[in-house]
Parts: sequence; C-alpha cells; structure tokens
Amino acid sequence: MRKPSLVRAATGAPRWVRWTLLAAGLAVAVWLPNGLYAAVAVDILCWALFAVAVDLLLGFTGLLSFGHAAFWGTSAYASGLVAIHAGVPFPVAVLAGALAAAALAVPIGYLAVRRTGIYFAMVTLAFAQLIYYVANNQRGLTGGENGLQSVPRELFGLDLTDAYYFYYAALPIVLLGLWAAWRIVNSPFGRVLVGIRDNPARARALGYPVHRYKLLAFVLSAFLAGLGGGLFAMAHRFVTLDTLHWTTSGKAVVMVVLGGIGTLWGGVLGAGLLVRLEDWLSFAGFESVGLVTGGLFVVVVLVFRRGLWGTAADLLRRRFHLRR
Amino acid sequence: MSAFLQHTFDGLVSGAFLALLALGLSVIFGMLRVVNFAHGAFYMLGAVGAYLLLTEFGVPFWWALLIVPLALGVLGMGVERALVHPLARLDPLYNFLLTFGLTLVLQDLVKMRYGTQSSPYGTPALLVGTVDFGLFDFPAYRVFVLVFAVVACVAVWWLLGHTRIGMVVRAATERPELTRALGIDVGRWVTPVFGFGIALAGLAGVLAAPMRAVNPLMGADLVIVVFAVVVIGGLGSIFGSVAAGFGIGLVQAWGESYLDRWPIVAQTSVFVIMAIVLLWRPAGLFGREEAPA
Repeated sequence: MRKPSLVRAATGAPRWVRWTLLAAGLAVAVWLPNGLYAAVAVDILCWALFAVAVDLLLGFTGLLSFGHAAFWGTSAYASGLVAIHAGVPFPVAVLAGALAAAALAVPIGYLAVRRTGIYFAMVTLAFAQLIYYVANNQRGLTGGENGLQSVPRELFGLDLTDAYYFYYAALPIVLLGLWAAWRIVNSPFGRVLVGIRDNPARARALGYPVHRYKLLAFVLSAFLAGLGGGLFAMAHRFVTLDTLHWTTSGKAVVMVVLGGIGTLWGGVLGAGLLVRLEDWLSFAGFESVGLVTGGLFVVVVLVFRRGLWGTAADLLRRRFHLRR
Repeated sequence: MSAFLQHTFDGLVSGAFLALLALGLSVIFGMLRVVNFAHGAFYMLGAVGAYLLLTEFGVPFWWALLIVPLALGVLGMGVERALVHPLARLDPLYNFLLTFGLTLVLQDLVKMRYGTQSSPYGTPALLVGTVDFGLFDFPAYRVFVLVFAVVACVAVWWLLGHTRIGMVVRAATERPELTRALGIDVGRWVTPVFGFGIALAGLAGVLAAPMRAVNPLMGADLVIVVFAVVVIGGLGSIFGSVAAGFGIGLVQAWGESYLDRWPIVAQTSVFVIMAIVLLWRPAGLFGREEAPA
C-alpha cells in the first residue's frame, strides 16, 4: 500500500510572499503580549518551539515521537535545578536544560530508531513513561508530587518578575530555536531526512546511514524541545510532573496536526491556537479541557488533516499556480 | 517458599490483566493495522460500566461480566465504522492519533459525570474469602480472575486457530495483499474484529472493578505498560502478547516484593526489559521483522 506522503516538498512561494509572511510573523511575535495576557503569550512561545521540534521529526523525518515530553520535562527540571543551585542567568540555565534533554535523547533515540512508524511512536511513549516514573521516584531531586518550587529567573540583575518583560527576554531564544529548525530543514542534512522519510530503502541504497541520520534528527529535535521546556520552567518558576506526562507529548502532537504536519510554521500556529483555547476554557470555568482538545483533535484528524498552515499553503499555491 | 508462591500468584493475576489487554490490542492490530491508544480508556469504561450497572440499576457482577463486554463490543464496532474506518487507507499514524484524541474525550466524559475520586466495587458474594490449596490459600476472587483470564486467552487462541474468522485474521495479519488477492473479503471482518478487541478490554475492566480502584484515569498509564508489553512480545503475535503479559506481571510482582526498598525497579522493569529486547530482537520476542513500509 502506497502511503500518501505526509508533506510535499517545500517549493518556494514567490520571494515577496515569503518576506511579507516573515515580516508579518515577526510583527505578531513582537506585538503578542500587548494583545494577550503576557503569561499566555510566554506559554505560546514555549509550546511553539516544542511543536516545531516535534514536526522536525514527524513532518521531515517521518517519525512520530509520542514521548517528547521526556525531553521537554527533563529540560524543565534540569534548567530549574541549574537555576536554583548555580544562580546563572536564565538563558544559561535553559541551555543547560536543552543539553540535558539532548543527552537523554541519545540512548532513547538509539533504541527507538530501530523501529519505524507506529512502533516508533509506542517505543518513544514507553521510554517517556520510564522517565516519568524515575522523576516521580527521585523526590529528593524533583520534589515528586510537589514539583520543583521557586525557580529563580536571573538575567544580570534585570527585573523580569513581570511576564510582559520576560516575554521579550525569552523571544530571542525562541526565534533562534525556530531559525535553527528552519536551517536544519533547508540544509542538505534536512534533504536527506526527507529522502529517508519518503523512501528509506532508497536512502539506504544510496549509502546514507539511515539510523545515524534519524538519531541525529531525534537528538536535534530533543534539544529544541528542551529549549522550549527550559523556558517553560523559567516562565512558571516551578516544574511539575505534568511536564513529563504522556498527555504533554500528545498536546505537542495535537498542535502539529492542527497547524499542519510537515509545514514547520504550522506548529507555531497550532501552539498559539491551542494555548489560547485552553486558557479561554479555563477562564470560562470549563474544566473538561481534554474533552474539547481531544474532540477537536479527532475532527482535525478525520476531516482536516492538512491542518491550518497546510490548507492555507495549498490555497496559496493554487492562487499562484505553483507546482506542488 | 509460601511467600514466593504468594508473589508468583499475585504476579500471574496482574499479568492476566496485561495479557488480556495486550491480546485485544494485538488482535486489532493484526487485522486493522491500528494501534488502539484508546484501549486503556475502554478498559476503564468496562470497570465504570460494571460500577454503574451495580449502583444505578442494581445489576450484579455476574450479569455485568456478560453485559458490559457485549455493550462495549457494539460501541467498538460503531467507533470502527464512524471513526477508524475512514482513515483505513492512510498512514497508520493517523489512527493512532485519532484514538489518542478519543482517549482524552472518553476520560473527560467519565470525569465530568462522576468526578475523579475512586469508587469501591465490592467483591461478588460468591467469591468472598479464600481458596485453600493445602500448603497455601489465595483470595477466591483472584483465583477466579486468573482462571477466567487463562480460559479467555485459550478461547481466543482456539478461535484464531480453528475457525474461519481465525483463519482470515491470521492470513490478513501475515499476508494482507495475498489474502485479498485470494478473493477473501478482509473488509467484512474488520468491524467485528475491532469490536471483539474492545470487548476484551471491557472484560478486563469488569474483572478489575472489584480489585482495583474504579476511576476515569485507571486505564491511562496502564495502556502504556501494555504498549511496552506488546513491543516485548511482538505486536501482532497473539502468543507473544499473552506470554509477555504474564511474564511482565511476574517480573513486576517479584520486583515489588524482593526489591521493595526500590519501588522504582518494579515500576520501570517493563521499560528496561523493552529496551533490552529492542537491542537484541527489535521485532519483539515472538514477532517477525516486517518489510519496511
């Protein structure tokens, strides 16, 4: 059975369209905390990076990781611990967290890339659950059910207590992460990943060490997810076991599918919408958030598989008569 | 010695649940290529269903053991027709994602109606007390669960080995294209097989109600352990799933009792074993390597 490819090759929209979109995206990013609660805007930043990291694997390597909470959460704890015990500026703590996530991704990825498709999803999910149990058990380190409390947020004495200012301190890190993801996808390495996704046997026949490429993509993705997770810890000033739970992994995948698998920027859009929706629901006193997000997800998977960005990009392509 | 037998027995009982769930998952996967993330949610619905029948309608355990799996089987067939089937020709990942969304919905529906606290469900009167095996005695209900689960597993094994539907399932599992080419309408069997797998999950749920806390999240983390079990046994391998289910149950119980100072060992042993199996036999202990899709 030939599987419909999850994405099409990125064929360039006209240069002016791309520059306009980029400018509009940056403008929205800079304006965001003025239009939303700053705390929600910060959450959107963190989740956007997480979603893009998941899409790097799912959309461009064809690997559905359902255990990325392991990297998001590990980085959240590691960043928090580094911030508490070393008192370094918060970007350093976040970087340390992301490195910890990448280090954890090496053994997990090494084992997981031995399976593909649906098995890969199950294996990553299982390993993430292992990390969850370990974190739950190491109460001395993680605070167990109580979580990691009062994470400091230091940046050379700048006052970042207000989420509004923290947003602008976090934005450059997120943009850097997004730029890195874009660079990876549009590099020769990224092309090889897409080649592996579309036809692993051919990639192997061409002499590419498929497992090693997948592992590298996995580690890079974990690093980016870790950047997001570390920032998330800084943003909330505490870390809970929720960051490691499988529902967190699922939430990132929901964002990617909502935005459009394999569109990279779709994940940012999906993150914005889902975080906003959840915030709105909790503000309205509606507690069954899973009912809404789960239901939304079922509908999107059934009838709207290309997601928001994917659908928009398709309309654009048709408008400009671009090849697919 | 009697302590060892005690732990072994407990391990076999919890293994029975893992085996029943892994079996349903494998049967569904074999026929539909669907990894049903919602399997844990249907297990939960089984337990909640038994609880509801008792508290709202006064229906006792024995009737629940019949009614709930049947009702869930029908519900499962509806889910297959309405949700799973439209995605059949797409990448299996989409169905995995769909059932993930379904899990959140089912959990929250139950949570909305009944809250998150656990509800007790009494042991059926007939099975209160212990069974004396001479040297040792075991709780009667647990003996019943173990015997019932073993009988169910053997019955499924017999069904698959000796009936027409079993032949179709096995043929479709091993050579889907060829089975179709031989003129066997695989599609006709897909819906009932999905319903059957869900009914097995529901059965495990009813069996769990008198032993375990009945609450909306009881299947949530269990399903991931079951995933690890089927990866160990070899997804789609009926025998592998059952054997790995009982095996992991035993390992966890022994870990809990003999390494009780490190509870983490029992909780994580299944994942560690999965890692070792992946290194040694990536297709699982009883699975065959699939052609790269």
